[in-house]
Amino acid sequence: MVQTFVPLPYPSREKLLWMYTQMVRIRSFEEEVKRTFENHPGMIRGHTHLADGAEATIVGSLATLQPRDLILSTYRCHGYPITLGTPPQQLMAEIYGKKTGLCKGYGGSMHLVDPSRGFLGTSGIVGQVIPQATGAALAVQVKGTDQVVLCFFGDGAAKQGAFHESLNIASLWKLPIVYILENNQYQAYTRVELEDANAAAGEDLSVKARAYSMPGVTVDGSDPIAVYQVVGQAVARARQGKGPTLVEAKVYRLSAHGNAITVPPVPTHFPEHEAIAVYGDPQEYEAGKSRDPIPRFRAFLLNAGIASNSELDTIEEQARAEMNEAVKFALESPDPAPEEALGYVYA
Amino acid sequence: MPKEVMYAEAISEAIMEEMQRDPTVIYYGQNMAMTEKDPFLRAFGRNRVRITPVSETAQIGMAIGAALAGLRPVVELWMTDFMLVALDQVLNQAPRLRYMSGGQVTVPLVLKAGYGFTAGWAGQHSNCYYHLFMGVPGLKVAIPSTPYDAKGLMKAAIRDENPVVYLHHWNLTLIKEEIPEEDYVIPFGVADVKREGTDVTVVATGWMVHRALAAAEQLAQEGIRVEVIDPRTLNPLDVQTILNSVRKTSRLVLVDQAPKHASVSSAIAAAVAEEGFHLLKAPIRQVTGLDTTIPYSRPMEEYVVPNEERIIHTVKEVLANRVVA
Repeated sequence: MVQTFVPLPYPSREKLLWMYTQMVRIRSFEEEVKRTFENHPGMIRGHTHLADGAEATIVGSLATLQPRDLILSTYRCHGYPITLGTPPQQLMAEIYGKKTGLCKGYGGSMHLVDPSRGFLGTSGIVGQVIPQATGAALAVQVKGTDQVVLCFFGDGAAKQGAFHESLNIASLWKLPIVYILENNQYQAYTRVELEDANAAAGEDLSVKARAYSMPGVTVDGSDPIAVYQVVGQAVARARQGKGPTLVEAKVYRLSAHGNAITVPPVPTHFPEHEAIAVYGDPQEYEAGKSRDPIPRFRAFLLNAGIASNSELDTIEEQARAEMNEAVKFALESPDPAPEEALGYVYA
Repeated sequence: MPKEVMYAEAISEAIMEEMQRDPTVIYYGQNMAMTEKDPFLRAFGRNRVRITPVSETAQIGMAIGAALAGLRPVVELWMTDFMLVALDQVLNQAPRLRYMSGGQVTVPLVLKAGYGFTAGWAGQHSNCYYHLFMGVPGLKVAIPSTPYDAKGLMKAAIRDENPVVYLHHWNLTLIKEEIPEEDYVIPFGVADVKREGTDVTVVATGWMVHRALAAAEQLAQEGIRVEVIDPRTLNPLDVQTILNSVRKTSRLVLVDQAPKHASVSSAIAAAVAEEGFHLLKAPIRQVTGLDTTIPYSRPMEEYVVPNEERIIHTVKEVLANRVVA
């Protein structure tokens, strides 16, 4: 912790169950995405990135928002619109390149956008969404509304000039934004301590905030309640006009960076996590997996007497059924007509 | 009542008037509106008029985000060369976001920068990089050559729903022209015939329009009637007006301050060769910047930039219907 930071009060039972539901929905959706590489080879093209392990950060953060708030993120982006209420059928159809997709097949997995729910977009290029989110916060300030912007990105993005330029301006102008650095310990395939000076020195990445005279906080990103409390405080601060905060959420990505990069006609697949495939360190992966936020949160809800086994089972079954339907919808959906490629070039 | 204004004033007037007309227009950049005397600051205050640090990626990326969230930012970048440090935002973000969203979002913004400063600024501040932007679907590019066009095109740029790269030529900053007092807008994609003629069509942009007009004046004294066309916007590019002129003259000379390889002039040459080859009585010729870095020293700098003499020489060559290697 860089500065003293007073967390939000504890979330209500209703909110806790909502959080568990959203985390499970994200996981179920992405299990279906991963399964598609085996069940329907070639259906998902290009590069797809899963957020398994980061669900607590996504949901704990978004749980602090009002419906009018704005969100921009990195390309590891399935979890945000799922939590915000975008129908999973539209998301799966987009990832399958179908006409019924959220973006009609123009964007794919990395470029989900749902402005009707405040999700203004993502960047497929590392770190470049950070100034865009900062600009959305500028728009909020210029218009004088009380909206807040959440900007999600990874540890790799924090080495882009775009990150540093944006945090400087956001602090200078006291923009209403919270930067959420999901530190999943890997910049693509490279361990964070090999590419980040703070990590190499054994420091939290939130110390970067100090250079821009804003609060920086590190939180256990596998704990949705901790994330909710810390991000909620940062959101409240932003809404009061007190400026930005950098939150580092420490998570452990449970899948590889993305599906294997192969050149047609070689089919792609999801490889082993880099800890095993690149660094030959299965112990690290097992330790990371033991922090899986979903069984951990489930155990908490049971032990604290907040929910029963059958209630939580029902949530999981419903999520699985919902995501099965999403797959069915996407598979049965039509492709776009080839000439639709010429649409939407200009407004 | 028409009034005489300088090119730079015309651009500022357009921004000022659009900011008065539309409260969602904001204006920011480095080293601008520093004191309370600044007319933009006086008129609109610090909320809509801001000084940014030397952070082009943030300046342009923030304009994109602000546009996504409902504003119309005008970013003062001073020199096109400075945009190069932020090319991802210019080429790979702003023009892609609407498309990749399947039409769900729009990105209305204006990136304003000067170019082609031929006054001893050497290799990193004098370049003509408009060709980088004109070939990117989703971007629009305006390069006005007169105060009248500069004002009307800036108004069109601010009102456009798409990202616009608006490039003004540094060497034209002080030129004056009478422009109307009342509001007017020049639509994108409409070339302007700057001088009518029947013998040779000369297409030029920016500062080169003025050199082409000076060359045309000299040629007129020899009885050669040159038609001078300024496309005014490079994307969209009005090829039809050029083809209509070539139908009349059957001869085409292209003048471009940038080096020839992958230039605006070679793109126009290709379009006319493809669609109007049958209209031509002589090969298309290009008078362009030489394929080199812009040198500092005056004699070398003058040598690499197209001038009246070279334009006149080339016009006479195409009239003689011969090609010189």
